[in-house]
Amino acid sequence: MNGFTTGDELPEQTYAVTRADLVRYAGASGDFNQIHWSDRVATSVGLPGVIAHGMYTLALTARALDTWAGAPGHVVELGCKFTKPVVVPDDDTGVDVVVRGTVEDVTAQGVQVALEVTCGGEKVLGRPRALLRA
Amino acid sequence: MTVDASLQGRTFPATEPYAVSRERIVEFARATGSSHDGSAAPATFPIVIAFAAMTALMDDPSVGIALHRVVHGEQRFSHTRPVVAGDVLSATLTVDSLRQIGGADIIGTRSEIADADGEPVCTAFATLVHRGEDA
Repeated sequence: MNGFTTGDELPEQTYAVTRADLVRYAGASGDFNQIHWSDRVATSVGLPGVIAHGMYTLALTARALDTWAGAPGHVVELGCKFTKPVVVPDDDTGVDVVVRGTVEDVTAQGVQVALEVTCGGEKVLGRPRALLRA
Repeated sequence: MTVDASLQGRTFPATEPYAVSRERIVEFARATGSSHDGSAAPATFPIVIAFAAMTALMDDPSVGIALHRVVHGEQRFSHTRPVVAGDVLSATLTVDSLRQIGGADIIGTRSEIADADGEPVCTAFATLVHRGEDA
């Protein structure tokens, strides 16, 4: 994996998230928390509606990193805080999650990427960062 | 009800071995629109194994966690190597830290994920926020 330079802005990735995606992710991950598929339960705990799994949003971030790296398997470190829920409407369009990345540093350890993950113009992950294997 | 203070530093038994098949990797990759070329699993795939360890922590009656009061606050993965089909993985969870802020328990967990030979594959750090009755 080559061609990364400190300061590079990586191509923005936009992913639509629908209710169907959340159901599929629940099955694949084993996380069947009802706030990710039932409006009734989500609103009963004070949420505006069904929200995406935080780990789903982080998985989309990993997907962007794979795209930038050119293949899976380069992510050494990946982490974030879950700061704001991604509310997913019950329609066919869903909601867009946008992943942006900037190369912070290139060292012998790899490529340090500072990320920004937003939905509706607001950041949904706190301090998302990754290290890609050089 | 707050979480038992003796939880800090406690290590839970390793989870049942999880056999990673190509089908499970493909299922996870497809669920997030990611590609799987037959080699490395997606970087967040180890959450499947770590989640089992976290569930065991939350289900343990001696710990005092009410599941519906838990929010995932923070997550970090540190990969020694990518997960691949054929791996048999298990996670050993340790409670690294326990703090109380504003009526909530902030539980810092570390799940060491190892293969069938006991060799490290990935460490998954999760912070769980357990809101108290009044929070």
